[in-house]
Amino acid sequence: MNAPSVRAPRAGTVAAGALGRLSVGQTRIAAILAGGAVGALARAILAEEVPHRPGTWPWATFVVNLLGALILGWLLTRLAERTAPTRYWRFLIGTGFCGALTTFSTFQIETFELARGGHVLLALGYPLVSIVAGMALATAGVLLARWGRHW
Amino acid sequence: MVGALTWVGIAVFGALGAVARFRVDSAVSARFPSDFPVGTLVVNLTGAFALGVLLGAAVPHRAALVLGTGFMGGYTTFSTWMVESERLGENGDVAGLLRNLWLSMLLGFAVAAAGWYLGQAIA
Repeated sequence: MNAPSVRAPRAGTVAAGALGRLSVGQTRIAAILAGGAVGALARAILAEEVPHRPGTWPWATFVVNLLGALILGWLLTRLAERTAPTRYWRFLIGTGFCGALTTFSTFQIETFELARGGHVLLALGYPLVSIVAGMALATAGVLLARWGRHW
Repeated sequence: MVGALTWVGIAVFGALGAVARFRVDSAVSARFPSDFPVGTLVVNLTGAFALGVLLGAAVPHRAALVLGTGFMGGYTTFSTWMVESERLGENGDVAGLLRNLWLSMLLGFAVAAAGWYLGQAIA
């Protein structure tokens, strides 16, 4: 007896069905919301675990900013040059996750507070090292995307 | 100590900040078409100013977490600033690359400081 098998739909199918009712623009916004929530939460958790004390190097912001620059450099190059066009990865991981994981506003306020506290070397060194290392990691991400065979 | 509701708030407002960045960046880039990444600059400067006001006004800790760490952190971006600069350099516009770096840094610092003092004054 071969009754037609009734299988529970897979989670991915359900998600695709739900997303299928949204327009491309709405799905992009949904992807940015999801990636943004995870990115902001990850940054906040690290900031809470590694609190920034006045007059010290802002490690939490420094690390997320560099990590985000590396991932975004890799992602955008990979999507632009090495994979078939996709609709949502750029918005989920790029605009959403990397954008929210990294922060410019906290970076500037931290620099300002170092300067206001009279920590001149840190107030100059923190932005300088962040920018130089950020450029280096963004470039490394771009090159990794071009050179990597399996990623 | 951060309560569960505050974490939810950070995630929700971080998500909204990311969408706000997308909207503002798209609108500014459409209004002022340029090879120079004006959209990200506008987003980052407005966000740095607003965070300055929030922290200068010494808003309560939970509000600072949700609106500052959450929304402004999600709204502004370091990664796009870096990758767009790298792109300018890759396209041979080294002057544009350097301008994007120092202009964002100097103006960002200036507006964050201005926001902070404004927040102090009005709080």
